[in-house]
Amino acid sequence: MNRNNNLESIVIRIAGDSGDGIQLMGSQFAVSTALAGADFATFPDYPAEIRAPVGTTFGVSAYQINLGGGPITTAGDAPDVLVAFNPAALRVSLPLLDKGALVIVNNNTFTARNLAKAGYVNDPREDGTLNDYQVVAADISHLNLESVKEYGLSKSEGGRCKNFYALGMLLWMFDRQLPSVEAWINRRLAGTPTMRDANIKALHAGHAFADTTELSANLSQIRLPTADMEPGDYRSITGAEALALGLAAAGELADRSIMFCSYPITPASPLLHRLTHLAELGVGTFQAEDEIAAICAAIGASYGGMIGVTSSSGPGIALKTEAMGLAISAELPLVIVNWQRGGPSTGLPTKTEQSDLYQAVYGRNGDTPIPVLSASTSGECFEMAIEATRIALRHMTPVILLADGYLSNAAEPWRIPDLSDFAPIATNPVPESDESPQRRAFTRDAKSLGRAWVTPGMPGLMHRIGGLEKDINSGHISYDPANHQRMTDLRAAKVDAVAEFIGEQLIEQGPDSGDLVVVGWGSTYGPIYQATRRTGVSFIHLRHLNPLPRNLGELLARFDTVLVPEMNGGQLTTLLRANLRVEPVSFTKVTGQPFLIRELVEKIETLRGEAA
Amino acid sequence: MSDKLMPKDFATSQEVRWCPGCGDYAILKSVQKALADGGADPANTAFVSGIGCASRFPYYVETYGFHTIHGRAPAIATGLKLANPELDVWVVTGDGDSLSIGGNHLMHALRRNVGLKILLFNNEIYGLTKGQYSPTSRVGTRSPSSPAGSVDTPVSPGQVAMGCGAHFFARGVDTDKVGMSHVLQQAHAFVGTSFVEIFQNCIVYNEDVFADFTERKTAADTQLHLKHGEPMLFGKHNDKGIRFNQNSWSLEVVDATTSPDEVLVHDEGNAVVARMLIDLHMPVAMGVIYRQQAVSFEDAFYAHHPSRMKRKKSVRDLIKGPSSWTVD
Repeated sequence: MNRNNNLESIVIRIAGDSGDGIQLMGSQFAVSTALAGADFATFPDYPAEIRAPVGTTFGVSAYQINLGGGPITTAGDAPDVLVAFNPAALRVSLPLLDKGALVIVNNNTFTARNLAKAGYVNDPREDGTLNDYQVVAADISHLNLESVKEYGLSKSEGGRCKNFYALGMLLWMFDRQLPSVEAWINRRLAGTPTMRDANIKALHAGHAFADTTELSANLSQIRLPTADMEPGDYRSITGAEALALGLAAAGELADRSIMFCSYPITPASPLLHRLTHLAELGVGTFQAEDEIAAICAAIGASYGGMIGVTSSSGPGIALKTEAMGLAISAELPLVIVNWQRGGPSTGLPTKTEQSDLYQAVYGRNGDTPIPVLSASTSGECFEMAIEATRIALRHMTPVILLADGYLSNAAEPWRIPDLSDFAPIATNPVPESDESPQRRAFTRDAKSLGRAWVTPGMPGLMHRIGGLEKDINSGHISYDPANHQRMTDLRAAKVDAVAEFIGEQLIEQGPDSGDLVVVGWGSTYGPIYQATRRTGVSFIHLRHLNPLPRNLGELLARFDTVLVPEMNGGQLTTLLRANLRVEPVSFTKVTGQPFLIRELVEKIETLRGEAA
Repeated sequence: MSDKLMPKDFATSQEVRWCPGCGDYAILKSVQKALADGGADPANTAFVSGIGCASRFPYYVETYGFHTIHGRAPAIATGLKLANPELDVWVVTGDGDSLSIGGNHLMHALRRNVGLKILLFNNEIYGLTKGQYSPTSRVGTRSPSSPAGSVDTPVSPGQVAMGCGAHFFARGVDTDKVGMSHVLQQAHAFVGTSFVEIFQNCIVYNEDVFADFTERKTAADTQLHLKHGEPMLFGKHNDKGIRFNQNSWSLEVVDATTSPDEVLVHDEGNAVVARMLIDLHMPVAMGVIYRQQAVSFEDAFYAHHPSRMKRKKSVRDLIKGPSSWTVD
């Protein structure tokens, strides 16, 4: 390896068949990395097929992790270490590597058949393909099987331990401890003692193999610096985990139960799965018959006094749009989470994209404004879930929270927040008055324009709500033309009013005026942060997309050029142009892969060159 | 509540806006009476509806009410019932609303056995959109969208219910106060989804479509009013009965005076006979056709929820996850 133990950070990519347990191996490596005090960011990159045909290039599942002294905000541009479980994994991953990278391959899978499936005419280990890399070719499959022989497992059962064998090797390379992984295996495989013991054996065997064999000459141990992180308690967290905890925290802050209603869809389902483990926090989960039923049940739950939440990805969100209009019209709180993925239609279910911004801001019939937020990092999903709930309850409106497939699965170290740092979430009280219940239910707060949250079961407050236009004062059905104008204006004013509560837009880093500012939103935070840090230009990252922060226009006007990188065809660019009369430079990428830092650095330098 | 509420106490200040002569008026009266008779607490009662003529219903009942979107009332009502299982939740829907655009939600409410009283106003036509044929319209129905007569086979609400694993299916005729009163009472008391098909006359677009069995003068001979444990008798003098024909595997009319022993006794729990009763024509079966007690969805949901939806712990207790570390 051309890099030695003075590294700031190192990027490792583990690739194999989608049935090889790659994601599991990667996430366990991430946890042990976290426990060793390094900063890190991960990128699970897997195919849409659950078990794609073995050995094919389209069946390759990969897990990339960037670890080191930090700040680490992306999974890294080019892997320094590649673990390729088969020829297809090697073929798919090799173009990502810089020369000199370390390539660990599993010899036993380099059969004629597998080479052909991967499209190799000659064996890349022998034909010079790997000349520019450092190669460690180990008989991982055989060594693993040998190590678990004593358990009398079938060949396929024994073979399933090989990810832990390889993990053992990696953990040795990075001087990581085994106990956290062992503890995990003990918990997860408690019900199948033989598999549990076999996996632990494989883990130790891989570790010992790297330590004692002649390969250790090549596999020198790498000691990364620990990150200089803010003091506090930390854990590893994915976006789905953080958002689940955030919703539960919002329920606690509002002293209401959370009713989460959703229909399975990639990559949104991890949130549903996580929330089923948070029942004791007053969280209920309902798996509905379809996307429409999911949002409708959430609306019903909000009508009944719980905090209704639904979650999906673009295609499912499309189905929910009519019901969003109902929640707007009936003025009921609701949180809608969209884990964006590649579109249109079914698109790229397992790949990340930011192409549902128009859908979130504009995608409904009628004038139906809705507050839209977005989370920038996995950990930030926690606070944005709280923020979305706070807005929903304060303004009595549905709120869309945009996340994406990358955030759903990507893990990062997270400084565990103190719940006391978050203000309680207030609900609008029912006014005491002699007015009719119908009027009292539609009494609105003067500043937020949110109405009282009157729910069935409250004595003496029986009233009717619905999707027909209602009188602005009495809440009864009204077809009066002037009233519809007033109600349309009111709905717009209500969402505009959100801007009065969210505070001003801050500059993430760099000077507050100058020649160039990069404006981002969502999960592009990581690469933009690194690119602007390296180039010294200013960086503004938006969490509130509708309404935009009040000072944003004034802020952007202080820069000569506004560069907007996003993983879509230029949607934020349009939004900024329409709302703030700025003329941004749009820089887009829709390959299903996050931006590389160097792509952004190049763009920034090109723009600066043009200006100079 | 100290004073017993009267049917009029369940009427709202809103002017009822169905066409003069619409069957919905009679149903509204029956429901208001059933609520009063059943001692319903208006504050603890909610009517949820979709879209269509029938779905205006909540505006006219002095309880909580939610007029939602087309076909989705069962889904919204399910969320409401989960959020507050103490509520008495009614769903009012039509044949287009529940069996066409909202078919999926009806199906899943029925199979889950959510504690909802679903009233299906079946008039075999789309009224609010001005008279197109509906999923329950008979083949050959002439309408603005089927001038030469519809060609699709209609769906049978009762058979749909049985196929979905419904636990309560009953029928009534809009103007039959006695029959409706009985059916609504039973539906109200049922724990789980009670699904009631109400033959409702659309005076404008499908007048008298049910007249062959709803005509008052002949109703005794054309309707079979079922009572659990009682023989299936009908006719002015209860002189006709229903028996099972073992050769054709179907139900048929028998002279009850000459063959009283052959007349079937109604067993609400018999799903096989219920399916035959649903298909019986002349007489048409009314009343509670099928009833099978089972645990409701909300009861199962709460029973399986570790803390019955209460907050037993703080986020502080779980936020650290399986492993955490401290940076000093």
